Amino acid sequence: MTYRNELVVDDRESGVFRVHRSAMTSPQVLADERAQIFDRCWLYVGHDSEIPKPGDYVRRTVCGRPVIFLRDSAGTVRVHFNTCTHRGATLCREESGNTRVFQCFYHAWSFDTTGRLIVTPGADAYAAGFDRSALGLRAPARVESYRGMFFLNHDEHAVSLLDYLGGTVEYLDLVFDQAEEGMRVVGGTHRYSVGANWKLMVENSIDGYHAPTVHATYIDFVKNSGGGQNKAALGTGAGVDLGGGHTVIESTAAWARPIAYWEPFFGEEARPEIEAKRAALTDRYGVERGTRMAETFRNLLIFPNLVINDVAAITVRRIEPVAPDRVALEAWALAPHEEREGSAALQRRLDSFLTFLGPGGFASPDDVEALESCQQGYAAQPDVAWSDISRGMSRIPLPDDELQIRTFWRAWASVLDSAGFPDRVEGVESPGTTRTSAPAAAGAVRS
Amino acid sequence: MSADLATDTALRSRVEDFLYAEAALLDEWRLDDWLQLLSEDARYEVPSTDRPDGRPDTTLMLISDTRPMINARVTRLNSRKAHREFPWSRTRRIIGNVRVLAVETDGDLQVTANFAVYRTRSGRTHVYAGRYRYRLRPRGEAFQIAFRRAELDQENLDEHGTLSIIL
Repeated sequence: MTYRNELVVDDRESGVFRVHRSAMTSPQVLADERAQIFDRCWLYVGHDSEIPKPGDYVRRTVCGRPVIFLRDSAGTVRVHFNTCTHRGATLCREESGNTRVFQCFYHAWSFDTTGRLIVTPGADAYAAGFDRSALGLRAPARVESYRGMFFLNHDEHAVSLLDYLGGTVEYLDLVFDQAEEGMRVVGGTHRYSVGANWKLMVENSIDGYHAPTVHATYIDFVKNSGGGQNKAALGTGAGVDLGGGHTVIESTAAWARPIAYWEPFFGEEARPEIEAKRAALTDRYGVERGTRMAETFRNLLIFPNLVINDVAAITVRRIEPVAPDRVALEAWALAPHEEREGSAALQRRLDSFLTFLGPGGFASPDDVEALESCQQGYAAQPDVAWSDISRGMSRIPLPDDELQIRTFWRAWASVLDSAGFPDRVEGVESPGTTRTSAPAAAGAVRS
Repeated sequence: MSADLATDTALRSRVEDFLYAEAALLDEWRLDDWLQLLSEDARYEVPSTDRPDGRPDTTLMLISDTRPMINARVTRLNSRKAHREFPWSRTRRIIGNVRVLAVETDGDLQVTANFAVYRTRSGRTHVYAGRYRYRLRPRGEAFQIAFRRAELDQENLDEHGTLSIIL
């Protein structure tokens, strides 16, 4: 099977883009994804601010593989596979903590934070050929970082992380440069899973088209709280193919941002502080870049499964495939170090995060409902085999067009076909196919 | 808990009746009536599952609502466009182990209780289990809710996907 044409139809001559829904239901597709995508691409593990001190660790499962993300006793950040090299028991069984030694509960083999095997009880029972130095904790083939964000790669021949991130670096910098003392992950994780294929969560995370319908209640809430006044935001911005499967929607902020766009939602008392932050950004980075950092929304996808949404707050969302019809999510809030614990600024940011995002927010639950309803349809309706993702092919893409979703799918299919990443799309994908009049529809109801 | 409070079965009984009545309003989706139980400065919190001790000014919570946000949450849930709850799920709240822990100097009661909230929708039932922490303000024979917080035992919301109801 080839993924291009058979599962992803990219007909630029006609301006039609379709995805076969078996891509969301087939166990074989997920097996191929694990081998071709998740074993070869850079996968986000965590941010070094989660493990600030030597010996700090957190457990994480990265695309099915349990790992320990830690800072060793000398201060170096590392990733170990969380399995004892003796007989395979789970080595670290606490979610997070600080330690100098990981001792396996099964037979007490013990490892230091660098992964070295330091204790095998009853060492005199082993013959001369037993090489303790070869039985240290195993690690992924590659671990690299950018701005404190650590990624792993199972392919030792992979390009460097920086090369892989490519065009996303500009957008990551726009996020991380907002902080004067650096960004940190705030404690508290949104952990939930959804009865849908992981790619539906990817699509949803970079989909501007669904906001007015799925999030009508959130938009009403924003208006009722004196927000959404930035009329200039309407219809601005663009979806951009960043190359390498990465993509972003950038648009003028439609409502308040902790850094740094004030609206009444934040309260009058917060206004001077937020406006001072905005002025500081302009001083530091110039009017153009400072304004862009302060007053634009960014929904960034780092292929294949990391989303950074810099909107009413900053969320880092890791998308973890579990089964064809199940995806697990972990989401964190990113905040500048200078927004101290207990400060009004941090609480404002977190409140702003929660109104929209997360399992208890005013918006994310409705996304989950949409995704599960799609997935149920794919399983129950095999006669309706294709999803359409053509919106905006005949024009310079707007934020509510679907270029960014097509960007993901083009990369997905090409990588699965072992053809590498496709060329970046710039400009109009299907010029000359613009509709000049609406199609006649029999029995159409006029509103 | 002082010995007096532990043996004040009349007070505990009144608190239990109040919590049961509140649970009934939520189970019956009488959310506007439920709002009447809250003080004007009421807060409603649910910490993240990995930080049950989390505080809203230091930690990413699942829910951290001021009174205006609680009102907005109810407005949303009463609309036909809160898709995760349209149509509404069926919920059943079981509340037990109610204890009055302390009486504050201003007269507010510190109350804790265990809960199991069953939510049924689209062919599935899942349970939210945990502990409530309340601050109840005496108003005649009844109470006003000044603070309510639901701390979940679940380590994640893998079964639930969302927290779209009011716990």
